[in-house]
Amino acid sequence: MTDFQGARASNKRELAWSRVLYKILFNEWRLAVRNKQDLFNALMFFVLVIVLFPLGVDPGVAFLSKSAGGLVWVAFMLALMLTIGQMFKQDFDDGTIEQWVLCRYPLFSIVLAKVFALWLITTLPLIVISPVLAVMLHMSTDQLPMLIATLLIGTPSLALIVSIGAALTAGTRGGGVLLMLLVLPLATPVLIFATGILSASAGGMEVSGLFALLAALLALAVISCPFAAAAALKMSVDN
Amino acid sequence: MNWVWFHKFGSPKWMYTFAGKLQAPLLVASILAMLCACYWGLFIAPPDYQQGDSFRIIYIHVPAAILAQSCYMMMAVAAFVGLVWRMKMSDLFISAAAPIGAIMTFLALFTGAVWGKPTWGTWWVWDARLTSMLLLLFLYFGVMALRSAIPSEQSRARATYILVLVGVVNIPIIKYSVDWWNTLHQPATFTLTEKPAMPPEMWLPLLVMVIGIYAFFTALVFYRLQAEILLREYKTKWVSKELNIVKESADE
Repeated sequence: MTDFQGARASNKRELAWSRVLYKILFNEWRLAVRNKQDLFNALMFFVLVIVLFPLGVDPGVAFLSKSAGGLVWVAFMLALMLTIGQMFKQDFDDGTIEQWVLCRYPLFSIVLAKVFALWLITTLPLIVISPVLAVMLHMSTDQLPMLIATLLIGTPSLALIVSIGAALTAGTRGGGVLLMLLVLPLATPVLIFATGILSASAGGMEVSGLFALLAALLALAVISCPFAAAAALKMSVDN
Repeated sequence: MNWVWFHKFGSPKWMYTFAGKLQAPLLVASILAMLCACYWGLFIAPPDYQQGDSFRIIYIHVPAAILAQSCYMMMAVAAFVGLVWRMKMSDLFISAAAPIGAIMTFLALFTGAVWGKPTWGTWWVWDARLTSMLLLLFLYFGVMALRSAIPSEQSRARATYILVLVGVVNIPIIKYSVDWWNTLHQPATFTLTEKPAMPPEMWLPLLVMVIGIYAFFTALVFYRLQAEILLREYKTKWVSKELNIVKESADE
């Protein structure tokens, strides 16, 4: 109540995106701390997918060191869908999204904040353990910083693209496989550029141009995806 | 400028009769054109000096591929119109066109594989064009799957518009990323052979085939559109009049 009046009193404070971000970040953090198993499950999924490749395809160094970057990226994409693919489901069920639509903050800024919060909380742990997995896949150690750099720049765009799919499927039942079908074709450019960087740098080529392209994809995703996701969320509330 | 012609497309009743009128002539013309082009292309046109007779599959492959791509563009235009002007007909059009586009994409991929076996020696190559066509197929499947997952009519329509438009923004990006990925990884193991400067006796049947398949597509879309309109409007008076349905509860 007091918060609402305070917000009314100063219009400037109300439109500060940092405040939205802080609130949502704090909220997501509390949810994550209270549901530690969810976070752990995502990590385990990531590890298990990686482990399957040496067991199922070829444990030899020649194959693994060549394909380590691609394997980590593919497993990362799948884990990302699994964790943040359902990001709006709970908010849709308990009516939070309706409150978002009604409140005075622009919806796209809320979506952006939510995606950023989820990326920080659920995706960063995956990035932190990915070098360990890459070493287990015999990736050469001087390639590891490159892998982390591609993950740091590439996965935010993935999360933003996933947010569109999550918003479109928020009101539908099930939706895990549907989400993958919607999102994976759209997300392929990120995968292609990121693994392109890894194989180019393994071949000793200059990669700054490719990095610029990956960053350009991120910039494009930041300015376009939240709008599409916001439109989809409004649609899910409207009917 | 007079926009009445445009608004007419938004009226289910007008569209139903319009589609009904054009459907039969289009179907007949398209089948005639396609049969002609088949005979012309498969028997009369000279064999290619390099590929022999196997090149003849382009008479199916190229029209299917052209239609697969332009069908998605048509859906994108319809989605834009639907999102901006809230025209119901665009939703019906997308639902009528998406499965046909998916089949055309599959046909293009399949005929490409059949042609690739004798020419390249392999059914499938992770070539730029093949991969982006495969992703286009997944986009079509995504649109169809999303539509079947949302029960409410209005939100289904808007979800479809958003997805189709996001997809169309992404198509050039997918295309270029895939192009680039290919040149980065496998430098020209196989490239689609540059289109030779074909003599007219080779490309004329192809042109007839393209026109025929477009007409066929239009006829099929009209057919499916009619069914969609009836399904959506079955409660209205003009539908029962059109179908000569006497309502059993008329006395009430």
